[in-house]
Amino acid sequence: MTTRAFQKIYTKIDNITKATVTLRATGVGNDELATVGGKLAQVVKLNGENVTLQVFQGTEGIATNSEVVFHGEPPKLKVSDALAGRFFNAYGEPIEGGEQIEGEARVIGGPTVNPFRRIQPSELIATGIAGIDLNNTIVSGQKIPFFADPDQPYNAVMANVALRAKADKIILGGMGMTNDDFLYFKQVFENAGALDRIVSFVNTTENPPVERLLVPDMALTAAEYFAVDKGEKVLVLLTDMTLYADALAIVSNRMDQIPSKDSMPGSLYSDLAKIYEKAVQLPNGGSITIIAVTTLSGGDITHAVPDNTGYITEGQLFLRNDSDTGKVIIDPFRSLSRLKQLVIGKKTREDHPQVMNACVRLYADAANAKTKLENGFDLSDYDERALKFAHDYSEKLLSIDVNIEITQMLDIAWTLFGKYFTPSEVAIKQELIEKYWKK
Amino acid sequence: MKTTGRVSGIISNIVIVKADGAVGQNEICHVWCGETRMMAEVIKVVGDDAYVQVFDSTRGLKIGDKVEFEGHMLEATLAPGILSRNYDGLQNDLEKMNGLFIERGSITDPIDFERKWEFKPLAKAGDKVSAGAWLGEVQEQWVAHKIMVPFVMTENYTVKSVVAAGEYKVTDVVAVVTDAEGKEHQITMVQKWPVKQAIRAYANKPRPSRVMETGIRSIDTFNPIADGGTGFIPGPFGAGKTVLQHALSKQAEADIIIMVACGERANEVVEIFAEFPELEDPRTGHKLMERTTIICNTSNMPVAAREASVYTGMTLAEYYRAMGLKVLLLADSTSRWAQALREMSNRLEELPGQDAFPMDLSAIISNFYARAGLVELNNGATGSVTFIGTVSPAGGNLKEPVTESTKKAARCFYALSQGRADSKRYPAIDPLDSYSKYLEYPEVSEYLDERIGKGWVEKVYKGKTIVQRGKEASEQINILGDDGVPVEYHERFWKSELIDFVILQQDAFDSIDANCPIERQKYMYEKVLSVCERQFEFVDFDECSSYFKQLINLFRQMNYSVYESEQYYAYDKQIDELIEQKIK
Repeated sequence: MTTRAFQKIYTKIDNITKATVTLRATGVGNDELATVGGKLAQVVKLNGENVTLQVFQGTEGIATNSEVVFHGEPPKLKVSDALAGRFFNAYGEPIEGGEQIEGEARVIGGPTVNPFRRIQPSELIATGIAGIDLNNTIVSGQKIPFFADPDQPYNAVMANVALRAKADKIILGGMGMTNDDFLYFKQVFENAGALDRIVSFVNTTENPPVERLLVPDMALTAAEYFAVDKGEKVLVLLTDMTLYADALAIVSNRMDQIPSKDSMPGSLYSDLAKIYEKAVQLPNGGSITIIAVTTLSGGDITHAVPDNTGYITEGQLFLRNDSDTGKVIIDPFRSLSRLKQLVIGKKTREDHPQVMNACVRLYADAANAKTKLENGFDLSDYDERALKFAHDYSEKLLSIDVNIEITQMLDIAWTLFGKYFTPSEVAIKQELIEKYWKK
Repeated sequence: MKTTGRVSGIISNIVIVKADGAVGQNEICHVWCGETRMMAEVIKVVGDDAYVQVFDSTRGLKIGDKVEFEGHMLEATLAPGILSRNYDGLQNDLEKMNGLFIERGSITDPIDFERKWEFKPLAKAGDKVSAGAWLGEVQEQWVAHKIMVPFVMTENYTVKSVVAAGEYKVTDVVAVVTDAEGKEHQITMVQKWPVKQAIRAYANKPRPSRVMETGIRSIDTFNPIADGGTGFIPGPFGAGKTVLQHALSKQAEADIIIMVACGERANEVVEIFAEFPELEDPRTGHKLMERTTIICNTSNMPVAAREASVYTGMTLAEYYRAMGLKVLLLADSTSRWAQALREMSNRLEELPGQDAFPMDLSAIISNFYARAGLVELNNGATGSVTFIGTVSPAGGNLKEPVTESTKKAARCFYALSQGRADSKRYPAIDPLDSYSKYLEYPEVSEYLDERIGKGWVEKVYKGKTIVQRGKEASEQINILGDDGVPVEYHERFWKSELIDFVILQQDAFDSIDANCPIERQKYMYEKVLSVCERQFEFVDFDECSSYFKQLINLFRQMNYSVYESEQYYAYDKQIDELIEQKIK
């Protein structure tokens, strides 16, 4: 950042904590950026002449006589078509060399789209994965996270989904990403020849955690540029939102706020909603779809981060290892896409909703049979058949390595119904049974 | 002269203002940030310092910026033209805002001040009137919108004059009344009311005695909600709260629906925007939008306005109730409102209660629910506000403060269960945990005898017992194994499954099954109950389960058939035949 001539330089800091500094200054605006001893900081509290600044990189090495310069504006991102194919840090500065982006500087974390101007999402995003397309269909303009334990291949699944979805731009917001994962994403996109469609904002584990707080806003400001100004279909990938929330907790703790559940700030819900609600279907045909990752601790979805996320997003995709088939599947019980009702049976074949529900119901019967078996009871003939069905269903449809069309998925389901059950056990509307039942 | 002030501190959306005069608690003020004027509310006063919560982003606000106090609390504008509008939490009309984004300080009129309405006088010179008395009416959509003596006029008055029938703007004087001292008051068609206070312009508030029909079997049949009653729907995410609320808003037998989308997803509101102008109200044949007003403060809109949104909704509901109408107020979700209170309380550095919620949370929730109810107006007519709120318990744990506080205040409890949702048994209303206190009201019981059939409530309890016994049987089966229990246990279990699949479960996305009129509910429920009361003859549990599966399938096909159609009766007949085969 260059210092402009008329800017006043302060050289007396009164208080320094791990993440904040306080000094006396006048004419400072709330949320404004500043440079403190060469490090970027943002105004978080004003009390009379006392200004509290949050230093993104931490306050190590800052002295009471370090130079403080206020920039007179909140964080901004320069937007233009030149963003495509580039990699940036949390401040929107290009990493790995290359030219600075020229373009209009936009304030990040801008205003909300008027709900009345939104359009109802109605465009299906096909991913080829039956756990998504068949059971939890995703629609453009939706926001949906993967809930996964840290050992699951969520980044790989997400990269696959991103490449198969026919998006005009893919924007990657990496928070607390390991450098290995970052290189993986880069390589996958490069191999797919998709680099020119990708914009990345990355905070790796090598960078200070508080910087992460800027990443989603940077990514979404770029997304809004392409969706609103250019009418493009934009897919935003945010990984990992749990690490983002951790950074929120750090800041809130250092500002002496009273923590609520799981040491998270009381405003966690609003903080996360502000990000996810940027997903939108616009009247000009452009859209922002957000696919995020929320890592869990031992599958616990009652923790404040996944819990609040679940209330904000339009469903969740739950990754789980299936011990019967040894594959990673998208759990049909705990996964949900709230917007699927807008497309299934409408943009897809008429039998889609009923087939999907029947599969899950029968899979639940199999789970009960499994419990019986584990408790040492005899299985009925129905239980046996349900278990066989569950195995095939898991292998042929739920597994994340499946890549087929939706109509094919439906046909496979009917084949499995016909193989293991009678029509009355499947309990689907009679007219559909007559049309699609496979003997 | 208005009090003014200067900004002296900023912590997120809480601003400390040094005031130069008197400041009232909950008074509204405007904070200037450059050319932008943002609304705020006083929430605490310490000496000259007024702590105000700004209903907007405080980005760029500076110490010393100007503040103007308005001398009144947050008010709703009450006048013809509220129906079919889409408001934000502060009653700004979203449709009138320009541009794709809601820019800071966007303020739009809640109604059209230029539009002329066809006014018909109802009162005449010499009539004795008080607050809420009907002076005239205009036709708003299909509702006879009453023009009343403003609620803020708390004395007794005599009508001096009412204008002749004709076209008037809302701001035109339509009546003049004189008070006891002979002072004249001019009355227009528009009035204002502070949203955080209840409108009490009625004679009395009797216990509710009628049931509000919703077309949802597990509510109407099992746990009915009274017209003028209160209920709440707690449930973990994904359990179907929103789908249930939308079904209520489409099908409930109410004159007016006020929906408050409080801190929830924008796309859900978009769904209403897209559907309601198209869908018809089956009772009146009018479009659903004609009876609906939406108050929308989605999760990314300013937090402080989220708190205001539920009060704005309640005030509009009370206003229409004073016209003798049946109003259904839905709020999704009251937990978001409680969280907004928590965020404020936290920034004010108040000592926190459980889970960091403010200590008076329970009192705030009770006060709010108490504003609903059936009322007898001063002119003898009745009106009602039925309120159903959703609660989003953290981690799906019903022992958290918002759920517990609400449980003390609401009379119906519709607990959505994760287990039911996981096995796609929708609506996921738990039949055993949920309750309706109204079933215990003798007046409700009498009403149902009349409306549905003699001894109805008794039948409801019978069904609940069957479900309870079925659950116990299923636990035994799980412990002892299919073979370890008598076949009779299986029969008991399957009878409860029959009630579950046929009565409790309902397909909200099927054009026929979604809305089940009360007559049809009666027919189906009595038929299912008659099956449950019979004794069957089974060789073993396998036969029992496959028999009931067949039976359930036929009943479900019946649910999917047009009521009283040929197909409907064909399934009915098949069911009878199947029953005859197996009875003892």
